[in-house]
Amino acid sequence: MISKKWLQVAGVAGAVPFILTACGGNGDGGDGGSDGGSELSGTISIDGSSTVGPLSEVAAEMFMEENPGVQVSVAQSGTGGGFEKFCNGETDMNDASREIKDEEIAACEGNDISFESVQVANDALAIVVNPDNPLECITVDQASQIWNEGSTVSTWGDVDGLDVGDLADEDITLYGPGSSSGTFDYFTDAINGEEGVIRNDYTDIGEDDQAAVVGVEGDAGAMAYIPYSYFTEAGDAVKPLQIDGGEGCVEPSLENVQNGSYAPLGRGLFVYASDVALQEQAAVDFMNFYIENSDQITETAGFVPLTEEQKAAATEQIESLTS
Amino acid sequence: MVIDKGKRPQRSRLAVAGARAATDSIFTTSSRGDRVGNVLFRALLLLGMGVALLGLASIIIWSLVEGAPRLDGQLITEGPSSITPESAGYRTAILGTLWVIGGVVLFIVPVGVGAAIYLEEYADKTRWWNRAIEVNIQNLAAVPSIVFGILGLAFIVRGPLSLGFVAAAGSLTLSLLVLPTVILAAREAIKAVPNSTRLGSLGLGATKWQTIWHHVLPGALPGILTGLILSVSRAIGESAPLLLVGAVTFVTFDPSFLEGQYSVLPVQIYNYAGRPQEEFRVLAAAGVILMLAVLLTMNSFAIWLRNHYENKNVR
Repeated sequence: MISKKWLQVAGVAGAVPFILTACGGNGDGGDGGSDGGSELSGTISIDGSSTVGPLSEVAAEMFMEENPGVQVSVAQSGTGGGFEKFCNGETDMNDASREIKDEEIAACEGNDISFESVQVANDALAIVVNPDNPLECITVDQASQIWNEGSTVSTWGDVDGLDVGDLADEDITLYGPGSSSGTFDYFTDAINGEEGVIRNDYTDIGEDDQAAVVGVEGDAGAMAYIPYSYFTEAGDAVKPLQIDGGEGCVEPSLENVQNGSYAPLGRGLFVYASDVALQEQAAVDFMNFYIENSDQITETAGFVPLTEEQKAAATEQIESLTS
Repeated sequence: MVIDKGKRPQRSRLAVAGARAATDSIFTTSSRGDRVGNVLFRALLLLGMGVALLGLASIIIWSLVEGAPRLDGQLITEGPSSITPESAGYRTAILGTLWVIGGVVLFIVPVGVGAAIYLEEYADKTRWWNRAIEVNIQNLAAVPSIVFGILGLAFIVRGPLSLGFVAAAGSLTLSLLVLPTVILAAREAIKAVPNSTRLGSLGLGATKWQTIWHHVLPGALPGILTGLILSVSRAIGESAPLLLVGAVTFVTFDPSFLEGQYSVLPVQIYNYAGRPQEEFRVLAAAGVILMLAVLLTMNSFAIWLRNHYENKNVR
């Protein structure tokens, strides 16, 4: 009797690996079948920024369609967390929404890892107001007065140094995306100096950026921040403000975003590749694929594409790493 | 009244009557308050249960409503996709979760139950180090999961074990995370086995080990399994420590235990839930239902076994 009981218990432990093996077995068979098409094989592990992650996932997916023998995985530990692994030689590439920091460079050098940053896309936000608003340009400091945590600004006249004419007595109605949005993180970091820091009495539009466009269009005193792709589509419905980050007013044009002068609301998105990883043909091909198809990849993932010059520069950087 | 009647009633009856009279005289004035108190207390208990149930029900209903369009076969058979989210699925994440949780079960059952047996049956509780171990295990249960992630990164992924970013490393990290729960539950279960059982067995000439194996453990099994169910339920939903020890958000090839990248369900769901596109959020909601289904499947055997043994013990 007793031994029978314990046989059953042993069955619990025993069943698990069998189930697992069965599942794993199926999968291996599937992989084997698709190997024939391409000679290229290998694995590429990417980690880093959660902003760039979706872009790399699209690139990886398109690349693996053409090269089924290559296994690309994408993780999103954040730019900093990713660099830690990257400079430890544990990942092949790192997605970054900012330049590598000095201490991270030191960490890489300590482990004899040389790398190159390759810009894979551009990213930008626009601060938009109603077309009837006479305002044309806003400084980062003024934007922060309006949006920062604990802000007491309630009418347009409350903002220091803003000349809005008749609108001074008008209430400012604010629209912004929810806190889970990458747009939210980016804006709060660029304008208020720290990710997640923002006043809490604005209209939260969740992830539906189009709602901000509609809201600003119908309210003379409204203001919102939206991703680049939305305001280009909105046309005359809303008016994007020029941003003065300390070097004069700059309008959010494709050109200004791409050449980096639209600061701090425009930025480059990068992939860092290590020389060790690029000794593999698969990794080199992947990087080149990423740049060559950047138009399609950035469009699918919703970012600003690279310019021809940026593409040429990126291709050159990859070559310099591989030679 | 009872007192009037009695000439020489039994003493106990007199005592009871006296006590009742005394109670009445003291408490009659507040008897209405007592009734209100009873009702209030009961309402509070019901409220507690209601809140717990409401939370669970709202998650399930929300996920069902949101995820309904994607509760299909592709959800299980297809891998992740950022290009075609409308037909993407959780195939690789399900396999990753099975590997990780399977490893957790294989690790925590022998280690957790072994530790509990040692602490309850062998350890000399008057020694300070055994008491220190007890206190530490209890405290470990309250350590935030991310701390175990850092530990796993330093000692399992890197450092002495150097397993790398593989499913096995995730398994070991989660095992450490839930081990205190298993040990505590197993200890309570072993403690609850009547001492007469042990004495009887020893008295008939069984060795200590035979007593534990044949009498204590079978009696403690339902409690041990409850601990196991709780642990697996907690482990399967953890994403923070796994992000540190290498669970990735995008892997299209089927994972294995000891090499290659892997993903797990909560990490995948978390990733999809934060995407701006509607399709991904539907996918995330469907993933919640899928994860509950996987959890129930994994736990159902333990639940069945526990109920089986509970009935047997009652008889």
